[in-house]
Amino acid sequence: MAKIIFEEPDGNEHAVDIADGLSIMEGAVKDSVAGIDADCGGACSCATCMVYVAADWRDRLPAKDSTEQAMLEFCPEVDESSRLSCQIKVSAALDGLRLKVPQTQH
Amino acid sequence: MSVDPLVIIGAGQAAGQLVASLAQERFAGSVTIVGDEPHPPYQRPPLSKKFLAGEIEVDRLFVKPAAFYDKAGTRLMLDTRVVGLDRQARAIKTEAGGTLRYSTLVIATGSRPRPLALPGADLDGVMYLRTIADVQAIRHYLEPGRRLVIVGGGYIGLELAAVAARRGVEVTVLEQAPRVMARGVGPIVSAFYERLHREEGVTIATGTAVTGFEGNGRLEQVICDGLRLAADLVVVGVGAISNSELAREAGLAVDNGIVVDAQCRTQDPAIHAIGDCASQSHPLLDQRLRLESVHSALEQARTVAAAICGRPAPTVQTPWFWSDQYDVKLQMAGLSARHDAVVVRGDPDRGRSFAVFYLRQEELIAVDAVNRAPEFMMSKQLIAERSRVDPAKLGDERVAMKDVRL
Repeated sequence: MAKIIFEEPDGNEHAVDIADGLSIMEGAVKDSVAGIDADCGGACSCATCMVYVAADWRDRLPAKDSTEQAMLEFCPEVDESSRLSCQIKVSAALDGLRLKVPQTQH
Repeated sequence: MSVDPLVIIGAGQAAGQLVASLAQERFAGSVTIVGDEPHPPYQRPPLSKKFLAGEIEVDRLFVKPAAFYDKAGTRLMLDTRVVGLDRQARAIKTEAGGTLRYSTLVIATGSRPRPLALPGADLDGVMYLRTIADVQAIRHYLEPGRRLVIVGGGYIGLELAAVAARRGVEVTVLEQAPRVMARGVGPIVSAFYERLHREEGVTIATGTAVTGFEGNGRLEQVICDGLRLAADLVVVGVGAISNSELAREAGLAVDNGIVVDAQCRTQDPAIHAIGDCASQSHPLLDQRLRLESVHSALEQARTVAAAICGRPAPTVQTPWFWSDQYDVKLQMAGLSARHDAVVVRGDPDRGRSFAVFYLRQEELIAVDAVNRAPEFMMSKQLIAERSRVDPAKLGDERVAMKDVRL
C-alpha cells in the first residue's frame, strides 16, 4: 500500500491509498482523481493517463520501457517529468509520491 | 414532488463512464443503472487479453468500486433484464414485471455476439466470448494439448488464439473471408497476422466455411468444407450485433444501431443512446456509423454527461482501436475505407514491427501500426489535423514521423 498525492487540474490535492500490485492509474481512476482518462484501461495504448512526477521522485520510479517512451513523446503537454501512470506499479516504496495531473489528456 | 431518475439501460463501460462523468460534473439528480449481468460496469477489452490469460483478477475489471455508486447515489439494478420501453409514460418494464419511470433515459445496451445458425451450434462446448462468465467458462478449457477451434478470425478470435497458443492449446482458426481481420485492417496487416499466428503454432485456414458441429450431447467435431476437425472446444467470434430491439419496438429509428445525432440524442428528446448499440452521426467523419470500440463508448458517455449537465460537448477525437496478441501491439486510428493510396513503413514480411498508412488525395486518413507507437501517436494527430503528408517521407524510416507533413 502507498499513499499517492495527486494535484488535480483545478489545483485540488487528492490523496489516494493504492494497494500493492495495482498501477497508479487504476488507483486514481477507482478513486475518481480528476483528469486521468485512461481510455484503454492500462494497455499503454492511448496515453490519456499522463502525470507529471515531482522532481525529487523522478529517479526513484522504475524506468520507462520503449512503448511508454514513444507514447509520451507524442502526448500533448508533455515534459521531461511526464510518465504514463498505467505503467507504474504501486509498492510501499512509492508511499508519499506526488504527481500533478495535466489540464488535458487530449 | 419526487423527480424520476436518470435511467441507464445496460451496465457496460459506456454506463460506467456516464456515471463517472456525471459525478465529475456534480450532477445533482439520481441515477439508476439497470444491467442484465450480475456485475457492476466492467471493462471488456481485457476479457480476451489479460483476464483470459489469468494475468488480472476479476475485481481489476470493474470501472469503479462498489463504494463509488453508494457515494454517488447511483442505484445498481443488476441481474435485471429490460423487456419494454413506453415512451409516452416515460417508463421501462423489467422481465420480473417491475416498472421504472425515467426523466431521461440512456440506452447503453451494447452488442451481442452474432449467433451462428448452423446445425449443432447449440451443442455443449460451442461458446461465445462477450462476458466475464463466458471467459471463466472458456479459460477452464485452456490446458496443454486441448484442441480449440475458433470460428472467425477477427480481433476476438485472434486474441483468444494468442492466449490459448501460449498455454499450449492446439489452436485452429477458421475464417470464411479470404483473409483475417478483414473488417478492421488492410490486406498487408492481415497477411502479417496470418504469419504471426503460424509462427506461434496456430493453424489458420482462410476462405474456409464452417457448415456445422457434431457430437453426442457434447461437441466432438467441427465440419468445414466436408472435412471433420476434432475439437474439445469451439469459440465463435463472427462479429456482433447491436442490442437495439427495445428501441425499435418503441418506435425509435434503428439502422444497424440505434440512430442518434452527434450528441447521441435519438429522435425522442428524453432518450439518448451510447456505445456499441448506437449508430452516431460522427462529429468528425461526416457519416453515421456504429463503432464497436471502447474509446467511442467512453467519448459518447462523456458527450451525453455534458449534455445532461448543460455543458459544452467535449472535443471528439479520431476513432482509434487496439489489439494485443502475443508480444505484438496493434494500434489503429481513423477509418481507411475511402483511401486511394497505401504507404508502408518498415517491413511487414519480416519481424514484428511496421506501419501501414492510408491516404486519400495525400491526406492521411488512417493508420495500422504494429509495435509502432510513434507512428500511431503522430498519425492520430495528423489525421485529426487533416494534414497532407509526403508519401515518400512517410515510407522512409530515416525521416522522423514529426517531419512527414507536406
